[in-house]
This record gives sequence, structure tokens and C-alpha cells, in this order.
Amino acid sequence: MAEAIAPVATEYAVKTLGVTKQYTMGKESVYALRGVSVEVHSGEYISIMGPSGSGKSTLFNMIGGLDKPTEGKVYIDEVDISGLDAYELAWLRCRKIGYIFQTFNLIPVMTALENCTLPMIFAGMGTQDALDKGVELLTLVGLGERVRHKPLELSGGQQQRVAIARALANDPAIILADEPTGNLDLKTGKEIIELLRRLNKEKGVTIISATHDLKMLDVSDRIIWIRDGRVDKIEQRAELDLELGTLEGEEV
Amino acid sequence: MATNAVARKGIKRQIKLPNREAFKIALRSLKIRFWRSCVTMAGIVLAIAFLSSVMISGLATASLRPPDVGPGATVSEDRATQVWLICISLVVCTVGITNAMLMSVTERYREIGTMKCLGALDWFVVKLFLIEAAFQGLVGSMLGGLAGFIVAVLAAMTQYENVLGNLPWGTAFGQLGIAVLIGTGLSIVGAIYPARRAGRMPPADAMRTEI
Repeated sequence: MAEAIAPVATEYAVKTLGVTKQYTMGKESVYALRGVSVEVHSGEYISIMGPSGSGKSTLFNMIGGLDKPTEGKVYIDEVDISGLDAYELAWLRCRKIGYIFQTFNLIPVMTALENCTLPMIFAGMGTQDALDKGVELLTLVGLGERVRHKPLELSGGQQQRVAIARALANDPAIILADEPTGNLDLKTGKEIIELLRRLNKEKGVTIISATHDLKMLDVSDRIIWIRDGRVDKIEQRAELDLELGTLEGEEV
Repeated sequence: MATNAVARKGIKRQIKLPNREAFKIALRSLKIRFWRSCVTMAGIVLAIAFLSSVMISGLATASLRPPDVGPGATVSEDRATQVWLICISLVVCTVGITNAMLMSVTERYREIGTMKCLGALDWFVVKLFLIEAAFQGLVGSMLGGLAGFIVAVLAAMTQYENVLGNLPWGTAFGQLGIAVLIGTGLSIVGAIYPARRAGRMPPADAMRTEI
């Protein structure tokens, strides 16, 4: 869009400028995003909300460097990612961004520890250092006793914890979480959210999460609502007048 | 975090997958799909068994029968048919490997996407699939070579005396080695297309829940 491109400020973990994404389906072209400009400060905890088909996932993929915008720019840690080649993008995914998926996406043939150390191996860390750090991270997420377990031997909540440890492997600037509680029951989901919030506070890692989970809104610093490919509104948590406690029976 | 400089030049390119780790991952992927790997390997075993049995029985007969015995024309016709059959069996085997690897790629879409999200480059994925194929090819063609050898020797024993004593062992092992090389090579060739397809997969597919 028409905003002047301001000199790059330094405290943004993620910034998008007029991001547009157009898909061509046969003869028709469909806009998934129609000019989204958002700024996420370093250390913030952001939730992206929106109905399915709103462009939420597309925006998410853009921020993650998984997809390129048709128009507009995406800056991650002050770097315009549209100019990066395949090697640089791989490096960015490996070192700057940690991904958490709804379906956990652990590599089934690897133990919790090996899953966690894989990004460090990609990053060129020595085996022993990687193992030490892997154990440290798994302990941090509360799985210090289960480092040798395979994903299938772990519960959903435990698998998601492994995924969080893996996302933290290379001390990323941001963690992108796509419906991280979507496949978990209420109580486990709540534990995962609390864990993310704790890591956000303790490690200062920026967390951006796409979610439908109202419990998630409660811990977010800001909520970005997406509708029809545009930013509908951005709310500070203080502005939220949801009484979350009454929405979900299990919370006390 | 980002206060130290407009860290634009902070982006580097170096991402690694050490061979040791690549072998570990590839072998474990084979192990977890053990029976599937066995079925894929069975194709190679059969094709290479056929190849090596033809090679070895040729050797065994040649060592026991003077070359001038028998009408020359029939021998060379037999030879041509054999070569033709061997070629067909090898092509079928390669196509079978391609098919099995394509299935394996489809099945592991999310896993591949996840690896790419973690920073894997296209050729990491290609490498993993090629190592798997090479390993299947190596083990399969060694088994096949052995089986073909045994069958050929047993068949020769029904017709001739002292087959093992007369067999030129050096040449026989050389030919078995060639058969194993052919099997492994074809296995890798058959895996190239599926592996490249896997490597090109966009990482965003890992994010999708409905696959």
C-alpha cells in the first residue's frame, strides 16, 4: 500500500508492509490478503484471530518465510525476506524462527532429544553441545525425564512440549505457533499456553500464534483480528472485556 | 535482541547435514517401515538374482564345456534372449523402486515439510532419500546376487560333476560384484525423481493439517 517506507526501526521482530497475496485458480484470481501491515515488537506475545478463509494462515506463512507475498514486504528481525535466496531462507528458518504446529510434527523415528537437536545439527553445532542443549531445553519444558522417548510413546501435551523445545533450539527471535492447542484437551492446552507465556517472559522470545483458543487471548499482549484478507482490528489485552473465566467450564 | 545494529548482514547461508546424521536418519526411516522396505527390496532381489544366476551359470557351463561344442548359432541366440530378459527385469525393477519411493514421499509429506521448516535445504531431503535407496539397493542386490549364485550352481550340479571345483571363482566374484553395483545403481537411479520431488516440496505444506 502507499505508506512511505520508514527507515527501519530496530525493535520490531516482525513487520509487514502492505502484504498482498493473490492466488490464481484457473482464470480467476483470488486475494488471500489485501494489504496487511502489522508490526510486532520484539518480546511481544501476539495472537492472530480470524475465521477460516480469512487469510490468517496465509499471513502466517508469509511471516514464517514459508511463502512469498505477491506485493508488499515482510521484515523478520529487520531483514526483508523477499530478497533472500533459498540458502538464506533455510538459514532464517533454522536460526531465526521456531515453528510449532497444531499436529506437533515431530519426526516419528527420532527420540524427543533427537527431534530437539535436529535444528542444532542443521545449524552446525557440535554433537555434544547439541545434546547438552537439547537436554537443557527438554528440562525447561518439563520433559527432562523423557528425553529418550519416541513421539508415539508420549502424550499429545508432551509431544507439543518437545515441539516447543525444538522450536527454541537455535534461540530464535520469534516463535510461530499455528493453533498450538488445537489438538489438545482443555487442561493440557492451558498448560501449553502457560508454558509459552513463561518462555515469552523468561527468554524474551517473541511469540506469534494463530488460534481460536480463547484461553490464548488471555495471555496475549495484543490480538490481531483478520477478516477478508485485511486487518480488522488490533486489540490490546487491556481492551478485552471478555470474562474468560466464565467461557470455559473447566477454568477456575 | 535486535538492538545491536540493523542486523541485516546477520543472515548467513551455512546450513549443514553431516553424513553421519544423514545415514542415521535414513537407516531409521527404513527400519520403521521395515516390511515396506522389504517389499521394495524384493524387486531388486529378484532382478539381481536373475542377473547373477544367468552370469554364474554361463561361467559354470563355459568352464565345464569346451567352447566349440554345440552349434554356435543357437548359443548366441540364447544369449540374446537372456540379455533381453535381463534388461526387461532390470527396467521393471527400477520402475518398481520409483513407484515405491513416490509412495514413501507422499506418506512423509508432513515430515519432509517439517524438516524444511527446521531449515533443511532441498538437497538434504534428496540426500536422505538417495541414501535410503542406495541402502535398499545394496542389501537387496547382495541378497539377490547370493540367491542367483546358489540357484545357478545347484542347477549346474544337476548336469555336471565337480561344478564348484571347476568354477573360476575370481571371475565369479567379479561378476557378482558387477551385479551388486548394477542393482545399487539402478536403485539410486529409480529414486532420483521421487527424491527431487520430495526436495522441492514447499515447507508451508507442513503447516497444513489436512493432508
